[in-house]
Amino acid sequence: MMNNYYSFGRIMLTIIMAMCLRIAPWPSFLAGMNPDWVLLVLIYWSVAVPERVGIFHAWTIGLLTDVLTGRVFGQYALTYTLVIYVCLMLHKRLRQFPLPQQELFIFFCLLFSQILLFWLKNIQHPAQLQASFWLPVVTGTVCWPLIYMALRRVRLSRRRK
Amino acid sequence: MAIIASVALLVTEHTSHRLDALRATLSVIVDPLKYLVDLPTVLIAQTANSIRSYSALKDENARLRDEQFIDRTRLLKFDSLEKENIRLRALLENSFKLGEQLLIAELLSINTAPYENIVVVNKGTRFGVHPQQPVLDANGVVGQVFRALPFSSEIMLITDPNHAIPVQVNRNGLLTIAVGSGQLNRLNLPFLPNNADIRPGDLLITSGLGGTFPSGYPVAVVDDFTPMTNKPFVNITATPKAMLDRNRELLIVWSDSSPVSLSTPQKPKSPEIQSHEPAAELERKTPEGAHTGIARDGQSARSGAAHESSTGARTGTAHSAPPAQTRSAHEAPAAVRTGTARASSPVGTGALRKAPAGTANDE
Repeated sequence: MMNNYYSFGRIMLTIIMAMCLRIAPWPSFLAGMNPDWVLLVLIYWSVAVPERVGIFHAWTIGLLTDVLTGRVFGQYALTYTLVIYVCLMLHKRLRQFPLPQQELFIFFCLLFSQILLFWLKNIQHPAQLQASFWLPVVTGTVCWPLIYMALRRVRLSRRRK
Repeated sequence: MAIIASVALLVTEHTSHRLDALRATLSVIVDPLKYLVDLPTVLIAQTANSIRSYSALKDENARLRDEQFIDRTRLLKFDSLEKENIRLRALLENSFKLGEQLLIAELLSINTAPYENIVVVNKGTRFGVHPQQPVLDANGVVGQVFRALPFSSEIMLITDPNHAIPVQVNRNGLLTIAVGSGQLNRLNLPFLPNNADIRPGDLLITSGLGGTFPSGYPVAVVDDFTPMTNKPFVNITATPKAMLDRNRELLIVWSDSSPVSLSTPQKPKSPEIQSHEPAAELERKTPEGAHTGIARDGQSARSGAAHESSTGARTGTAHSAPPAQTRSAHEAPAAVRTGTARASSPVGTGALRKAPAGTANDE
């Protein structure tokens, strides 16, 4: 594959943009369903260029997300690591999937990460579960085609040069 | 590997504060993002400000002038009352609590956690902010500093479900605790019995118990009281006084929660307070006297005590260096009235912190 060229800077840029989206001040009704942009972008890159984005990157970016969102250290790091591990295992198969099937996979990825986050939160101090807690999973799945198209364009524009 | 590392991090962070340094380091990388996200809001506000009409500005200026005049008059009275209070307490051989120092922080309009009422402001440990500091706005208590990073700090609002604040009913001094509800306009008072003397419209103020919040600041107004005869505790809700969702400027407060007793002999305080007026007069005659205070203030990060000690030295009451920031706030009004360089700042001590270190150094 010709994928080896992507400069790491380009990948980082998209991740930084995802982080900005993550903390952007959405109106309150949107804030509750703000999907985990960073994880979505990470999933895309780990599937598209697994030799560039690995477990270590996922862990580091998870750690930065922890700091960014003011969470207990390691919470996002652990979640991202596990999700990206699964993605790396299945990346060859995932590339063959049509978009609807990808969406199903993304849905389960996000659901898994959200369950893990809730579980970790619950260990620290008992948290109450609201229905709106699961909204980011749904919106994340809905947003996946957008992210997929956008990042694909970023990736391919690079290749043409 | 990564899993083990993150689990180790989780456990360490949960059990101790050893990772705060690492968090501070990493936050230096991430904090620019926060400012970047905040940029559009700032730009819009600035543009709106610069294209406002002349007459609107004139009106606002007039209104602010009036307000400032009224506030200043009120402050004069407050000042004498505070002194009287201290004198009376000294007579009673009682202890008194010292004033507070303020720092204006601006909200970064970013949203870190959708399910928690936590906001981020643009002042961090670089300005001496530390965890558990109370945060106010012009109307009442906003919350407390939850985590201080070098360039920003996270503030937990009083309405956060994990936050509780000890309060007191202003009318009769009834003590209780107000717990956040998760909604920005609501606090719950879950620990009062059915026969509690509380009614809608009562003002809740901080009681000062618990040591985090200085006493006497307004917190909320009781708006609903529904006795439930089948339950031991009554269901009371209150509306916060602070404009939690509309304010961009917040005040971070330094307060010394441990009261200073006036009766102990070696304590430098009582001569200090009586020498207040002479000191002020001295400053009025020799304006350069005040400069020393300011210059020293700028050097010591969160002092104010430095100014104090220089005043004290001039009036001849020698005393060992007091714990930082204790006396400054109540020293401040005297300095402001003398019309020295300090008077240019409306919130004397808050602006003082930002004063350049090299204004004047003639000591």
